[in-house]
Amino acid sequence: MSPTQLLIRELADKYGRSREHLLPIMQGVVEQESFLSEYSMIEIAREMDLPAAEVYGTATFYSFLETKKMGKYIIRVCKTISCAMKGKGQVIMAIQDMLKIPLGETTPDGRFSLLQTNCLGLCHKAPAMMINHDVYTDLTPEKVREILSEYMKKPL
Amino acid sequence: MATTYQLKRADFIFKNENDWEKVLSNILSRSPQDLINELISSELKGRGGAGFPTGLKWKVASELATQPKYVICNADEGEPGTFKDREILEKVPYKVLTAMVACGHVIGAREGFIYLRGEYRFLMPELQKVIQEFEYYLKEIKQDFTIKIFMGSGAYICGEETALFESMEGKRGEPRNKPPYPTNFGYMGGPTVINNVETLAHTFTIFKYGAKKFYDLGVQYSRGTKLFSVSGDTPKPGIYELELGMSLQDFVYEFGDGDTKAVQVGGASGFLVPRKKFADTAIGYQGKLTGISLPTGGSMMLFNSSRSMYNVLDNYLEFFREESCGQCTPCRVGCQQLLLGIKAVKRGDRPASYLDKLLRLTETMQVTAKCGLGQSVANSFSSIVENFREEMIY
Amino acid sequence: MTTQKINISLNGYNVQVDKGTMILDAAKENGLIIPTLCYHKDLCIAGNCRVCVVEIAGQKRLSAACATPVEEGMEILTNSLKVRNSRKHIIELLLAEHNADCTKCYRNGNCELQELASEYKIMTQEFIELVPFKTYTIDMYSPSIIKDDSKCIRCQRCVRTCAELQGVNALTVAHKGDEMKITTFMEKPMNSVVCTNCGQCVNHCPTGALVEKNYIEEVWEAISSPDKHVVVQTAPAVRIGLGEELGFEPGSRNTGRMVAALKRLGFDSVLDTDFTADLTIVEEGTELLTRLKKALKDKDPNVKLPMATSCSPGWIKYIEHLYPEYLPNLSTCKSPQQMFGALVKTYYAKARNLEPDKIVSVSIMPCTAKKFEAARPEMLDSGYRDVDYVLTTRELAIMIKQAGINFSALEEAKYDRLMGDSTGAGVIFGATGGVMEAALRTAYELVTGREVPFENLNITPVRGMEGVREATIKIENPKKEWAFLDGVELKCAIAHGLVNAKTVMDSVKSGKADYHFIEIMACPGGCLGGGGQPIPTSPEIRKKRAEAIYAEDAGMAIRKSHENPEVIKLYRDFLKEPNGELSHKLLHTKYTPRERF
Repeated sequence: MSPTQLLIRELADKYGRSREHLLPIMQGVVEQESFLSEYSMIEIAREMDLPAAEVYGTATFYSFLETKKMGKYIIRVCKTISCAMKGKGQVIMAIQDMLKIPLGETTPDGRFSLLQTNCLGLCHKAPAMMINHDVYTDLTPEKVREILSEYMKKPL
Repeated sequence: MATTYQLKRADFIFKNENDWEKVLSNILSRSPQDLINELISSELKGRGGAGFPTGLKWKVASELATQPKYVICNADEGEPGTFKDREILEKVPYKVLTAMVACGHVIGAREGFIYLRGEYRFLMPELQKVIQEFEYYLKEIKQDFTIKIFMGSGAYICGEETALFESMEGKRGEPRNKPPYPTNFGYMGGPTVINNVETLAHTFTIFKYGAKKFYDLGVQYSRGTKLFSVSGDTPKPGIYELELGMSLQDFVYEFGDGDTKAVQVGGASGFLVPRKKFADTAIGYQGKLTGISLPTGGSMMLFNSSRSMYNVLDNYLEFFREESCGQCTPCRVGCQQLLLGIKAVKRGDRPASYLDKLLRLTETMQVTAKCGLGQSVANSFSSIVENFREEMIY
Repeated sequence: MTTQKINISLNGYNVQVDKGTMILDAAKENGLIIPTLCYHKDLCIAGNCRVCVVEIAGQKRLSAACATPVEEGMEILTNSLKVRNSRKHIIELLLAEHNADCTKCYRNGNCELQELASEYKIMTQEFIELVPFKTYTIDMYSPSIIKDDSKCIRCQRCVRTCAELQGVNALTVAHKGDEMKITTFMEKPMNSVVCTNCGQCVNHCPTGALVEKNYIEEVWEAISSPDKHVVVQTAPAVRIGLGEELGFEPGSRNTGRMVAALKRLGFDSVLDTDFTADLTIVEEGTELLTRLKKALKDKDPNVKLPMATSCSPGWIKYIEHLYPEYLPNLSTCKSPQQMFGALVKTYYAKARNLEPDKIVSVSIMPCTAKKFEAARPEMLDSGYRDVDYVLTTRELAIMIKQAGINFSALEEAKYDRLMGDSTGAGVIFGATGGVMEAALRTAYELVTGREVPFENLNITPVRGMEGVREATIKIENPKKEWAFLDGVELKCAIAHGLVNAKTVMDSVKSGKADYHFIEIMACPGGCLGGGGQPIPTSPEIRKKRAEAIYAEDAGMAIRKSHENPEVIKLYRDFLKEPNGELSHKLLHTKYTPRERF
């Protein structure tokens, strides 16, 4: 059994194999692998006895369930109104400048992916972003550079 | 002139109450009918934005014989400019959990879920701990009720209650046809009470202090207090509990930066109110008040005169274009048309009169879209275009 | 139980309707047509196109007529100004999203969106066309189906068809918002996913987003080549469906006119798939009896029962994908189309003294999966491509129209000889239960020497439109060599629509069912409801087509496959014996296990 298969079996044992457990299982895979690969979706479908197309169709509905290869740390900068008003543009430019990747891309070392996202619910502390599950608020270009420097020190 | 009231701050929701066990055991000792009456007489309405009377919802679900039933706390707080539910779950989660157990007791449900938006994943560890405490206590008093967290994965539309059920059932979060309504046919087809986080927190206050305490606050049709998420051009962004019924004028006086040009009430799906209408606008549910009364899930975004309302609308429409589930024609295609349409007018590719065609389109979206998302795009579109038409063109 | 009646008003007229009726149906019962797009009689209610909105007095918002049940006292307006304006807007929106290049569309003239646009006289396009903003793909990889996303209106009829009628789920809805689309797993081409090529999605698509891959020009070219001998075979269900494309009501029988039309189109020989349907019965019946003998008498543990029919290529691809462990249960018989193809370039060529490589073998099928079947790499047993081109009933209708033939005025003609003879048993292959009935007529008689004990040979228990049907036939007083079958109750199951195939296979898999013989047809109603049949389709239309099929059978002089004189001649002159060596080479095949996804 491959590590992915093992992971999916474990998740299915934990949550259950009926349809209502599809989201937690997909989230569990994304937690470990950053995204849902073709292989993992096939294995989820097999484990839950679901059509693979259904798994794919469901996954693509949710913006946190990526079906394209992602980096270890997914940066999601909020682009909704308050953050847009408070300088998310400069924040994104600072990140792009530092990571040398455009929006939607992953660094060649697979450490970071840079995405935009809709309202994070942190409008009073705009601009805001998430890196994986962690949130960062009141961002400035300087602050964002510091945050990313810390992530660069983390093991890959 | 609207009958308005001065801004009155309140402190119920975030008031730390150390006695949830006592409150809960008191609630559980009361009959469902008694609790329903208490809620109904408080006139509490849903704080997610739609404003459905909470007591009535619980009553209908309690009268159905079908089992199993479910209690769901809607924590998919996705409306741009709203962030109060997060704060409730961070600071006073036990109030929400108490209310869920109470609701289970009233309607005869044994299972409760908190649908937590993916963006709030970081709340999970702490919340889980509090749930464990609760479950421990419930076991002790032999109350058969479990609470589980269901994580969302990034989809605004899942805040729509039937879309939320679909999502919990492991499917795409596409709103269902209504009827049937959730109270009759909700999660897994069972009778389901689904309440917003804040609504549930208010019931804690009502059950602890009595309906009168709540009812005496606010104004007719809009009783009690409400949390407001204040953001945008304001010197004091944050969360404030205020009595309902205040005038927007007073609100801006308190929270504006002295140069407030307009306020978006209710987030991207709400209304934009320009300065000249502040005095005539009250914040509360629609009733027979004179003047305009705007309901809100609590999002209050202030814009000062440096802001282009075209950019604001552009941002909202991009949001809707992406967050529409895409199943129904008016919403899926309509949102794209509105966004491309204002861009075309701005560029001069379409005449200014094209804005009127788009306004008529929003009327169609309002009456034909399958769910609240598509229906409410018209709110911000028409209120911005009608009040700031020049900014759309030049 | 009587249904409760309630009072409603429709456009000011008071009427009574059953409680629980949807507004759409209540209106229809009272002579009011409300336009629809996402609604389809075969499918669950989606309520997503919003074209059917109506106004209910006292409500600000309009309601989808397909999804809203009537209530006592409801006052409904189906044609108010508000309704008309909204509907018009919605049609305009759909047109703005749709690649409305109607004159270059395969469905031009039979498109529900085009019809609506015409009905509502949408004369201008004020909204911004969305097609240029998107990168649409046209998937042409499948030999059966073309999927053009630029023509898709997201009604999801295809997705529901694939899931609800077929249980295949090759198609899904993916993404959301403006990016929402109908696609496959990982957006792969249709030929590399679980798609069975059944074409039900094509039959249920309101626009030109899903169409069959057509081979009309190739066939015209073959007909026009002087050195080619073009042979055409026509499947049982084509003769009772074709009329619908050419001005006849559903359920019209047009066998003679169809043959006449084919002759006028220039085919060198017009032959009948019914002939090889009869041949299939003899081969498959023999195979079944052999399996029963091995299982019941010789107690051979390697013999697989139940035996399943293998005529429906959609079903074959389905079982290859989803129940590959049951491939040994499939009859090894090729489908009638492929038996025909293999014989045309061997037996027929020899008898007619033709070079096989000069023969172009065309088949007219009610089916899109037959296109895939003909293209299977193993279908070369004659030494050539057994069947060169497969056309659907719809494509044949197009050719007839192109040739300017006044179909209804044609005088009836007869099939050509050598592989043109057929029996009633062959023709009922076109309806669900037909292969079973034909097989029982022959097998029972082979075993007992007597006709099946049913009035006029009509084995009614196997007929009908129930998704899964079961029947048992007790064998009494068999001939000496079949003595082991004395008293045996032959258990049969019939399923049509692949979602019902799943039910049958799951009960076989779980050991709950102990069938001997199962007939499965991929499409609802069997081939008469095939993916290549005229559009639209509905339960009522399929019922009428089935009645026509059984009327055709009842009118035939010979009604048992083994009595087909040309089949008898074929064995005498060429094959020698059923399931013999030559049969095995030409008429039997093997199957390929495939991935589930």
